[in-house]
Amino acid sequence: MSALIERQQPAANPFQAPRTVHNARRRASNIAIIALSLLATAFAVAVLLFLLLYILRQGLPYINIDLFTKIPTPNGEPGGGIGNAIQGSLILVGLASLFGIPLGLFTGIYLSEFGGRTAIATGVRFLVDVLTGIPTIIFGLFAWIFIVVPQQGFSGLAGGAALGIIMIPIVARTSEEVLRLVPKELREASLALGATESRTILRVVIPAASSGIITGIVLAMARVAGETAPLLMTAFGNPFFNSDITQPVESLPHTIFTFAESPYQGQINQAFAGSLVLIVLILITSFAIRWATGGFKQRVQ
Amino acid sequence: MQQSLPGTRSVARLLGLGNRRPGDTLFRGITLLLVLFVVVIIAGVVWIIISNSMLTIQRFGFSFLTNQAFDPVHDVYGVGPAIFGTLVTSAFALLFAVPIGVGTAIFLVDFCPLAIQRPLAFIVELLAAVPSVIYGLFGFLVLAPWLQGSAEPWLQKYLGFLPFFQGAFHGLSLFTAGVILVIMILPLITSVSREVILTTPTAQREALLALGATRWEVIRHAVLPYSRIGITGGVILALGRALGETMAVTMVVGNQASPISPGLFNSGYTLSSVIANQFNEATPGLFFSAVIEAGLLVLLITLITNIIARILIYRMGRVGGLVA
Repeated sequence: MSALIERQQPAANPFQAPRTVHNARRRASNIAIIALSLLATAFAVAVLLFLLLYILRQGLPYINIDLFTKIPTPNGEPGGGIGNAIQGSLILVGLASLFGIPLGLFTGIYLSEFGGRTAIATGVRFLVDVLTGIPTIIFGLFAWIFIVVPQQGFSGLAGGAALGIIMIPIVARTSEEVLRLVPKELREASLALGATESRTILRVVIPAASSGIITGIVLAMARVAGETAPLLMTAFGNPFFNSDITQPVESLPHTIFTFAESPYQGQINQAFAGSLVLIVLILITSFAIRWATGGFKQRVQ
Repeated sequence: MQQSLPGTRSVARLLGLGNRRPGDTLFRGITLLLVLFVVVIIAGVVWIIISNSMLTIQRFGFSFLTNQAFDPVHDVYGVGPAIFGTLVTSAFALLFAVPIGVGTAIFLVDFCPLAIQRPLAFIVELLAAVPSVIYGLFGFLVLAPWLQGSAEPWLQKYLGFLPFFQGAFHGLSLFTAGVILVIMILPLITSVSREVILTTPTAQREALLALGATRWEVIRHAVLPYSRIGITGGVILALGRALGETMAVTMVVGNQASPISPGLFNSGYTLSSVIANQFNEATPGLFFSAVIEAGLLVLLITLITNIIARILIYRMGRVGGLVA
């Protein structure tokens, strides 16, 4: 090695590594890795952008007022819309929120304020984390066996229950994390002024973390708004406007699923338009979340 | 101030409710009650799925896992082809999504100009949130016809000596399901890996750079050893997603219990798509129980993968302060 270096010309730049075979190999492998990771990125981004742009191109021409206000036409006749699906999705997400938000929020409050590092809290936290990874069709099966089979009929209620369970871990973990960000001094100040523990949590801690908590709730709502699998066996579907939650309820993802396999071009177009609506919904929520959390972090600091 | 029966007080103290003002006790009690309810729901889901699949568990035992027929006419049920299809499509997805995803994450963190890193990361995060039915729509209407018409013949022409690429071309096949799963879990692997790689302490990178290491040597000797556990956790999380994915796979896999063979171009089945396809016809008795047992298998497989992934991510959290 030293012999190799001695034969070198004095380098123009003293910080330049000597031009040895060993270094040439190092430099080559460095360039190769940069090229490979660039290739991986180019491939990933190309595929993902193609998917987004394809749905944009196929869906955009069919976004109109009718899409949001009318129900599907029978036998694929032209016109019509997917208003029933949008109404149904609102109902289902509303029902799920009614059930999932309180349970998730209080679990988050427990984990952050009361549980701490105790064994029970660690267990609950682990259970909630594992819950996020279970395929959503399992909760559909649960609601199917628990509600649909005994009632002998698909219902919006069963769909809302399945979606509600899916919301719990998302709301619980995000609210736990933002509640932890609230400075201890704020709690101590409130307690020192004579406020009770519950009053401190409800009037000081939660308001301080409110934008973060709302972010978690919105995230959970956006997530369940796109769920299809658990709705197949619970809310099922309904070609008409329906606000009776004891009856089958249509939903936007379920419409996309059934229209995708439709023999009629009009319905396929509406499936793309519906997908675009869902993607835009997610885009808006993620922008809103960025905006809200940015503001939140500044206020805490 | 507190007025309560002696017996209830000791119970209350045990739960951390004792010696507090009544309002606080009430608030703690309500919180504990709701947490308990969440735990009961989770336990209830597991219990209901297990108890409703007892019929086929007792009747068929382990042969349910290997039997090729899911046959309501003769009342014989097995999910061999579905288990095979689930494993094959998920393995295929990991095989391609892991190198591409981790490579993308490395590029985004280490090589990418800052100006385009943020928009790229945003696209990746956005796609991780796109509902699976949209991937299914894309797979069914765009990907499947293209694979059948172009990619599958091309693969057979050049790689047809491999058993994977032999046989007739089907658009709705295990191959298509595998490809759509690659596209679906790619954003997940990329975003988790990126977050983990970002937590590598700058001091460690700078120390290696100061010793004259190339960028790749920094990655190999500082970044990857540091983030290995977290990336593995992310990959297993993605595996769990692939194993349990229902909509996107059901729409492109073909939903036929073909005999088990290495050919990827055959139509197939996965456990979740058995549920999605069969539940509506399920008559009470063995048929019903067989559908639920397919669900039980999905639940078990994904529970195991998720528990492993969570333990790895927690360990990473203790090392690097990452909360994932």
